Amino acid sequence: MIRVVLPAHLKTLAKVGSEVRLEVGGPVTQRGVLDALEARYPMLCGTIRDRHTGQRRPFVRFYACEEDLSNESPDAPLPDRVVDGEEPFLVIGAMAGG
Amino acid sequence: MSGVRVLVGTRKGAFVLTADGTRRDWQVAGPHFGGWEMYHVAGSPADPDRLYASQSSGWFGQLIQRSNDGGKTWEPVDNDFSYEGEAGEHLWYDGTPRPFEFKRIWHLEPSPDDPDLVYAGAEDAAIFRSSDGGRSWQELPALRTHGSAPRWQPGAGGMCLHTIILDPANRERMYVAISAAGAFRTDDGGKTWQPINRGLRSGQLPDEDAEVGHCVHRLAMHPSRPQTLFMQKHWDVMRTDDAGGQWREVSGDLPTDFGFPIAVHAHEPETVYVVPIKSDSEHYPPEGRLRVYRSRTGGTDWEPLTTGLPQADCYVNVLRDAMAVDTLDPCGVYFGTTGGQVYGSADGGDTWAPIVRDLPAVLSVEVQVLP
Repeated sequence: MIRVVLPAHLKTLAKVGSEVRLEVGGPVTQRGVLDALEARYPMLCGTIRDRHTGQRRPFVRFYACEEDLSNESPDAPLPDRVVDGEEPFLVIGAMAGG
Repeated sequence: MSGVRVLVGTRKGAFVLTADGTRRDWQVAGPHFGGWEMYHVAGSPADPDRLYASQSSGWFGQLIQRSNDGGKTWEPVDNDFSYEGEAGEHLWYDGTPRPFEFKRIWHLEPSPDDPDLVYAGAEDAAIFRSSDGGRSWQELPALRTHGSAPRWQPGAGGMCLHTIILDPANRERMYVAISAAGAFRTDDGGKTWQPINRGLRSGQLPDEDAEVGHCVHRLAMHPSRPQTLFMQKHWDVMRTDDAGGQWREVSGDLPTDFGFPIAVHAHEPETVYVVPIKSDSEHYPPEGRLRVYRSRTGGTDWEPLTTGLPQADCYVNVLRDAMAVDTLDPCGVYFGTTGGQVYGSADGGDTWAPIVRDLPAVLSVEVQVLP
């Protein structure tokens, strides 16, 4: 089970609590996690990444295991501790103006 | 007794203001979608409980929310605003070509007779249509692919399609306005469009008869006179009486003819309201006095409306979609400011009172009359 933490505004939008737990079929990558997230919460489509290109929105970042994974390939495997459910995959709204 | 519901979009959420038909005592609900930019909230004339809201943020992009109970509860609907086919190019500020790129929805225009039919005006300029209550959106691409589009340039606020007016007498006819391309009309439901900018004069354009390039801030129409449109342009207040075939200036004795919103009285098609703003670099009222100006003669002769509005030290702006009229008698007039005040008048503008004073900057104001 993959654990995902969303930024506050997206938690409100998706009506979820502090953490989302997802079954991810296939390799556990950013793309795989986001595919599973959007399939379960379709209202999140387009809010984290472009609906068509899959490109991460500029003011959204991805962290896990105290690493910034934002610029990693969407198809790179996520850290083992995320795969094992020991650490969450964090979707962060960048600190930028307000 | 009937009531009114004022729908307010702000920089940090949406608010719903309600009162009975006397329009004296108001209840304020919100913020809905706190923290998000709410460019526009609009109700269906065919079903007042059906509302649409444009919700966006620099972080998470564009969403559309829908309510079926007058704003008590909301559900997100589709947010896929994809341009049809090739995106094409327009001019950037520096005159170089730049691809059209979707940024946000500025304006939602529900159909007068079908709650599920709604139009959406986008930045970069395009018009979208949903016939299923926002569950899917399709572009009407003939506007964005018009032959003049490669010459369109954004205004300072972006290249936004901010005004959509549906002709109540002719369902195939629509008017739109784009900053800073100008006004356009379709007579065939959006299959073809023509620029309707003849008679506009814009100092920044070397060609006085330029087909496009005019910074139209807002259009308004009275439903009983669909051939007559009023326009607040960047500078100049204009009118046309032949559906945009020719415009003439009606700024008359306004203290300044710069401004953003324009509205027409619900029962008097020649009574028009504007909010003069000092200049394009000084976005506040002249002399720090917030005045709505009313013309009862279709323009040219204007009177200041000041009772109840701050007449000293007021330096707010009123944005293009932030003024509305209700259909009660006497006609109610409402506007919101960048300082977060929403003012209302229950007597056609003779007297004003703040409904609420301390909201986030107001982006849009709409009003519904409830049965």
